[in-house]
Amino acid sequence: MNPVFWILAVLTVIGALAAVTLKNTVHCALAVTVAFAGLALFYLQLDAQFAGFAQILIYIGAVAILVVFAILLTRGSETPRTGLFSRSWFAGMTIAAAVFAVLGWAVIQSAHVLPHESAAPAVDVNQIGNALLNRYVLPLEIIALLLTAALIGAVIVAMHEKGESK
Amino acid sequence: MTPLAGYLLVAALIFAIGLAGALTRRNAILVLIGIELMLNSANLNLIAFWRYGPHPELLTGMMFAVFSIAVAAAEAAVGLGLVISIYRHTRTTDLDEMNRMKG
Amino acid sequence: MVSTLDQIFVLLKHWIVGQLPAGLQSFAGVLLSVVCIIAVFPALFAISVLLERKGLGRMQNRLGPNRVGPYGILQPVADGIKSLTKEDIVPVGADSVVHFLAPVSMVAIVFMGYAVLPMGRNMTLVHMDAALLFYFAMGASTELSVFMAGWSSRNKYSLLGAMRAVAQMISYEVPLLLSSVGVVMATGSLSLDKIVDVQNQYTFGLPHWFIFTPWGFASFVLFAIAATAETNRSPFDLPEGESELVAGYFTEYSGFKFAEFFLAEYVGMLSVSGLGTTLFLGGWSAPFAFLQFVPSWIWFFSKVMLSICVMIWLRGTLPRLRQDQLMNFAWKFVIPFTLLNLVDVAVWHFMGEGWARWIVCSAIVVIAYVVMGRAGMRRKNIAPRTYRYAE
Repeated sequence: MNPVFWILAVLTVIGALAAVTLKNTVHCALAVTVAFAGLALFYLQLDAQFAGFAQILIYIGAVAILVVFAILLTRGSETPRTGLFSRSWFAGMTIAAAVFAVLGWAVIQSAHVLPHESAAPAVDVNQIGNALLNRYVLPLEIIALLLTAALIGAVIVAMHEKGESK
Repeated sequence: MTPLAGYLLVAALIFAIGLAGALTRRNAILVLIGIELMLNSANLNLIAFWRYGPHPELLTGMMFAVFSIAVAAAEAAVGLGLVISIYRHTRTTDLDEMNRMKG
Repeated sequence: MVSTLDQIFVLLKHWIVGQLPAGLQSFAGVLLSVVCIIAVFPALFAISVLLERKGLGRMQNRLGPNRVGPYGILQPVADGIKSLTKEDIVPVGADSVVHFLAPVSMVAIVFMGYAVLPMGRNMTLVHMDAALLFYFAMGASTELSVFMAGWSSRNKYSLLGAMRAVAQMISYEVPLLLSSVGVVMATGSLSLDKIVDVQNQYTFGLPHWFIFTPWGFASFVLFAIAATAETNRSPFDLPEGESELVAGYFTEYSGFKFAEFFLAEYVGMLSVSGLGTTLFLGGWSAPFAFLQFVPSWIWFFSKVMLSICVMIWLRGTLPRLRQDQLMNFAWKFVIPFTLLNLVDVAVWHFMGEGWARWIVCSAIVVIAYVVMGRAGMRRKNIAPRTYRYAE
């Protein structure tokens, strides 16, 4: 496989590892932004331009900023007294390693039935627009409702209640 | 190893890292970061299978991934709102200390 | 002759690239275009800085800088030498890695937007199908650099400035995108080249620019407001309010890093002006049909510099908005107006050619503006202005 794939893979995996192991939470948020950017470049390499730009716009432009705001509002950037990892960290690591082992074994075992090369699909935005309004119109409308409900819900959950001391 | 297998392995690795982060860190926000990493790895799987699978002109994989991105953003917003609200109540984001149902 | 002058940069690039061996040609072509962009736009930045200082000075009834060179023309050179030779102070408690990366990442991302702007006929760096989406994706990524700058300085005022700046940039990003969606609806494509091509037609010598349509005019005004807020320019410059927060999120930066932030701000202004000209003012097309002998890139850069002059004019004229006024304005006036504008575009498209649609669409826009303006002002008891003089 081409070297671009390896560079992006290393970048993304290092970003993800840094995001779950660093001490300072803001550094974790910035590292996960690097992982998001690496994934967006993966999508661009897979000829899914719309998904790649949407990933940058939504994840880096909105989700990362949400995470950073939440860290600042909850004083997460102070170092915790009781250590970084929870009491049951060993069980968590074992489960994650087991999951990776199972998934990796499944992929490698079935490598001979996976398709090799195929021509890049020529997707233009016109087709995406048509698909969104013809074939996928029901998911589109449901997502609109879901986002509205999430917006209202998030505002209500995070709002200061009447009479509560701040 | 085919290109598709490469993408699937990277996605599995990111999923495992996100899972490890969600299960082992104390801070609630880092758990949410782990969950976002898991959702992203699933998206990578979807797009990789869309690209190398049959009928990419139906755009199913890409649409699924874009909807997944939207749902993940909504879920991150609500989750972080919950974390902020809990912080206001208990003054901590440490998940090991939130081990009672009674406030 | 005329078309040679128009395509002179394209022909020059082809000639230079033709001298190289065939394997290197595509790489060299891209490299040459990128070097041109990185050379031209900072030069325009120097011109805009000088224009701003002289222009603001004249608006405030004083001369701008006039000591360095005749009429102060060499002032940007002096500023550059100053910022390169100043000591680079990093606060002791600051997070040095993030402190270093913030201006670097901001400059790098801001330059990416130029890749899709059509600067002349056949003068786009990358022809993308989803060019507008790429531009907005790059615009959204700069917000994180602003936050990094404010947080890494370990300074309460910097952090406050950064939070305000990020909140403002997020709030005004929605109207920026929504006002461009009207143009996308009218053209049927996200590609900036196609948008300029659609505007490059003439009826009775007058161009088909989108700003001359009712919905386009409203969209352009909303886009200008959102763009001014996105680049933290006055009247939306509370995050860098000099009288309140020292310098906001780049308080702790000195020397070259400050110059990088300054460069990023002005290059961002030029970039969003370029996008505004492409979407609404016709990009590289000439204002009248008989003026098409003037090369297309001259028209593009003239329109961009005109937009910069208007931004400087706004800075010198309007007072600064408070943070809550700014956010109220975004969410309660601008966003509903942009959504109504989308309805207006749809009505325009489906009424077909003719004079009737002009009247209906203009009526929708004007009535909505008057109604929403009145509704917004009703709750404030605005008394007639009284003057009190010093006795």
